[in-house]
Amino acid sequence: MIPSAFDYRRASSVEEALSLLQSTEDAKFVAGGHSLLPLMKMRFASPGMLIDIRSIQELQSIRRDGNRVVIGALCTHRHIANDETIVQALPALAEAAGRVGDLQVRNRGTIGGNLAHADPASDLPALALLYGATIHAEGPDGPEDYPVEEFFLGPMTTALRPTQLLRSVSFPVPDRGSEVYEKFAHPASGYAVVGVAAWVATDAGGIIQDIRVALNGVGYCAYRATSVEQALFGREATEELLEKASHLATEEVEVLEDVFASENYRRHVAAVFTRRAIRRALDKATR
Amino acid sequence: MSDAVISASGRTPVRMEVNGVAETVYVEPRWLLSDVLRHQLGLTGTHVGCEQGVCGVCTVLLDGVLVRSCLLFAVQVDGHRVTTIEGVTPDEGLSPIQASFQRHHGLQCGFCTPAMVLTAEALLRTHPNPSEADIRDAFSGNICRCTGYQFIVDAIRGCSEEER
Repeated sequence: MIPSAFDYRRASSVEEALSLLQSTEDAKFVAGGHSLLPLMKMRFASPGMLIDIRSIQELQSIRRDGNRVVIGALCTHRHIANDETIVQALPALAEAAGRVGDLQVRNRGTIGGNLAHADPASDLPALALLYGATIHAEGPDGPEDYPVEEFFLGPMTTALRPTQLLRSVSFPVPDRGSEVYEKFAHPASGYAVVGVAAWVATDAGGIIQDIRVALNGVGYCAYRATSVEQALFGREATEELLEKASHLATEEVEVLEDVFASENYRRHVAAVFTRRAIRRALDKATR
Repeated sequence: MSDAVISASGRTPVRMEVNGVAETVYVEPRWLLSDVLRHQLGLTGTHVGCEQGVCGVCTVLLDGVLVRSCLLFAVQVDGHRVTTIEGVTPDEGLSPIQASFQRHHGLQCGFCTPAMVLTAEALLRTHPNPSEADIRDAFSGNICRCTGYQFIVDAIRGCSEEER
């Protein structure tokens, strides 16, 4: 499978990348290419020019900035999974990044590409929602920040404008509680059939003081399962309550169906993995 | 390669070190690394299966890191180092990993084997004594339709133990 012809150019800075984008009709950025190349081969995308941003140094770092961790768009999943700052401050993100696709994908795929591509079955959007991340873009009119709640609009669709470059993502570091990521992966592609990110904070008596649950693979884009959160907020998570609450995981979305998983099956797996994720987060919190 | 635009129809020189040898190939931007390795350089040990990043048979090492050559344009690897199965195979006989695959019946049709061997090379460099879980995780991006994987796991374990 050979994609249609395109011009190719390397950019060595954000400014150069943006000016190339503005001056070329129908150009696309490429970094890891693990979302874009399959689309180009199937001719779902046929950009006239590829601007290779992979060597832009300033987009390759992970740094702690006060109570946030700022991750450059070009950081690979492998880098994120193994970075000491992230393992300590954002353990569920490290866990999820370490389970994206497979080794080859993690070696090459980047967080910027992953979020900008917004595949419903990709892992990191749920983590961005869980932590309440902010997506930092840069365009001809300067920088623009997107709160994650306003970023994912639908399958393969985000609020990012065609003239903008996704520069970095910043994650607030939770000051309490514990978080985990549970995933039922497609055995061949490694994409999430169901992925559940959960964060819980409890008081000394085991009462849930705060909770967030985000899912991917289930609906047209990653989402917060607010019904589950509300059912558990302010209460003690007994097995019975947790079981009941987990079944609300698909309450607010239209559940996807494909050759691998029917709607009912996916709904069932979503409930099971929501329960497991919350349980593991609770066990971690009380340790 | 300069930072000038490489036009879609023209061919541009790409310089890369392949299996320790400096190579220059003239490519169109849309040519995949997998195809360039096979057709321009005659390195047909790199196989091409699904061509969409799932099966893993096109796996090579890029600067020592495991990647899929079907998801890379050759222009993107200008200035980099590529290792294919030919690069880890001795002139005579088999490498220890290859010998272990043979001993443990870790292959049947052999189509996935070059990628499996390279994945084993990469794994054993960082995990000289991997657990079964390490092995299965490392090989999750390589699909084999013959062996059921168990003999491949045996081959890696056998090799790592014997190599100690």
